[in-house]
Amino acid sequence: MIKLQNVEKVYRTSSIETLALNNINIDVKKGEFVSIMGPSGCGKSTLLNIIGLLDAPSKGQIEIDGSPVERYTDKHLAELRNRKLGFIFQSFHLINDLSVIDNVEIPLLYRNTSAKQRRELAQEALEKVGLSNRMKHFPKQLSGGQKQRVAIARAIVGKPEIILADEPTGNLDSAMGNEILGILQKLNGDGATIVMVTHDEAMAKKTDRLIRLFDGTQVS
Amino acid sequence: MLSNYIKIAWKVLLRHPFYTFITLFGITLTLTVLMVVTSFLDHLFGAHYPEAKRARSLYIANLVQTDSANTTMSSGPASFEFLTKYGKSLKTAERVSIMNNFGFSNAYVNGKRIKLNTKYTDVDFWSVTDFEFLEGKPYDETNVRNADHVAVITDALREQYFGSAEEAVVGKTIDIENINYRVIGVVKGSPPTRIYTYSDVYFPYTAPKSNYEEKGMRGRFVAIVLAKKPTDIPAIQAEFDSHIARIPRAEYSNNNQFNILIVKADTYFEHFLSTFTRSDKDRVALYAIVGLVLLMIMGLPAVNLVNVNVSRILERASEIGVRKAFGAPSKALLWQFIIENVFITFIGGAFALILTFVVIQFINSSGWIAYADLTINLPVFLVSILFCLVFGLLSGVLPAFRMSRLKIAEALKA
Repeated sequence: MIKLQNVEKVYRTSSIETLALNNINIDVKKGEFVSIMGPSGCGKSTLLNIIGLLDAPSKGQIEIDGSPVERYTDKHLAELRNRKLGFIFQSFHLINDLSVIDNVEIPLLYRNTSAKQRRELAQEALEKVGLSNRMKHFPKQLSGGQKQRVAIARAIVGKPEIILADEPTGNLDSAMGNEILGILQKLNGDGATIVMVTHDEAMAKKTDRLIRLFDGTQVS
Repeated sequence: MLSNYIKIAWKVLLRHPFYTFITLFGITLTLTVLMVVTSFLDHLFGAHYPEAKRARSLYIANLVQTDSANTTMSSGPASFEFLTKYGKSLKTAERVSIMNNFGFSNAYVNGKRIKLNTKYTDVDFWSVTDFEFLEGKPYDETNVRNADHVAVITDALREQYFGSAEEAVVGKTIDIENINYRVIGVVKGSPPTRIYTYSDVYFPYTAPKSNYEEKGMRGRFVAIVLAKKPTDIPAIQAEFDSHIARIPRAEYSNNNQFNILIVKADTYFEHFLSTFTRSDKDRVALYAIVGLVLLMIMGLPAVNLVNVNVSRILERASEIGVRKAFGAPSKALLWQFIIENVFITFIGGAFALILTFVVIQFINSSGWIAYADLTINLPVFLVSILFCLVFGLLSGVLPAFRMSRLKIAEALKA
């Protein structure tokens, strides 16, 4: 489903070169729940951004569903992200000016979906995360756990095959964290392929497979 | 999708009331200037009282004699005789009226001098124009034939000369340059900006001092040709041109000084343009200057707005990152920010429209231009909408382009 071969990421400034990822090789199978672990600054989020086509590698190849993506245009990449991928971020990244339901609808705005259909799909996604009673609320009126559930609803509303979660429980207490992990496990049970970045060993152990990073290098 | 964009634009406006005030203030002021200018241009060139039929009127107001090298030139209004011969004879026109270009005279009331603008016209003048008669009626062919000393005066002159706005004055006499004229009608006056119909007093062209019998091509008269419908205009122009082409060279050469005669029956705007521009090159230069002035009026505030917009980019980086992550192509974001900016511009445009209304009411009642009738009619409104759109695009495209090009990973970190 997701294949990375010899991926390298270098950040360059005028005076310094930083190797953020070095020779990464990953193969995530369809329906797998994989976690990426490592200490802060080891390149976990950079790796997730590369898997999610939010950033381009300096070297190496990425394949999604068997197709190499390096020659894709901006439009094609956008379409791929829209159809295949759903993102969950540590800091939720909800748009504060939009209501919960409008936030959840965002991925559908970039498809040929009618307003009525968008509303129905967004309601369905919010029901799945248990927030159908907060549709008209704004993000600032929600708790951290509720915000993350809205973010999950937004990630799943377009029914993507792959969900990429960047420390989804990082800003939450452990009870709320477990609840969010439960939702992810349920989505995985329904067939979604999930890649989750975490530095919580206990959370990582609950996933199918663990990829460890240290200083940009894959250690397991 | 549009409602999503507009919701965001509205929220962004509410987020920083002071920024919003500055932005809207700039937009409103710019658009007000443009809308007032548009209304003034409409006042000058549009079809308004008493020239409401301008859409189907042609003006023969200038006769140019020149040589092929363009070294000497003589130009000015035509003679009554010339216009009668070549204008009045137009078969494709509904009606042709001849009037003098302008004239001045004096009247005295209780030893006080009243300066008057005078106009000598034929009877058709009252048909090609739409003067509103407050009392009495226009002079007719009999008055013209008999060279009666009759006059049509404006309501302003009635008040000035007879001292009353209410009292009927038809039948009374008015003394102009020691000649007594019988007032035959009183019309609502027209603004001085409508130069071919504006006057304080109107006489039949056979009245004293009109000089309508002057010989030669050049004189002091102009003609308004009324077409049955606007689509007849090209046919009338073609007929008039053929009349002019048949004039023997000897008639206009002035002892071989000139070999070219240019007389056109032009629409009012074309006539106005040709007064200032003699060639296509001049015309391009004029359009370029007008375009440049417009760009300056819009461009400078637009640059300011670009800066304000760009400074708002950082605030919305996370939103851009999220939208891109969930599949928004750069083009969709580009449109989103352009639409948002156009939306904001239209809010400013609505304020500008209100402000323009206040300003033109002020101009109309200030007396700067007598009988000023500046207005926001459909053409002015449509041009104003166009200005809003252009200004919105001008100030929105660059920030929108920069926003849409943000790298996702970096935008999400912001």
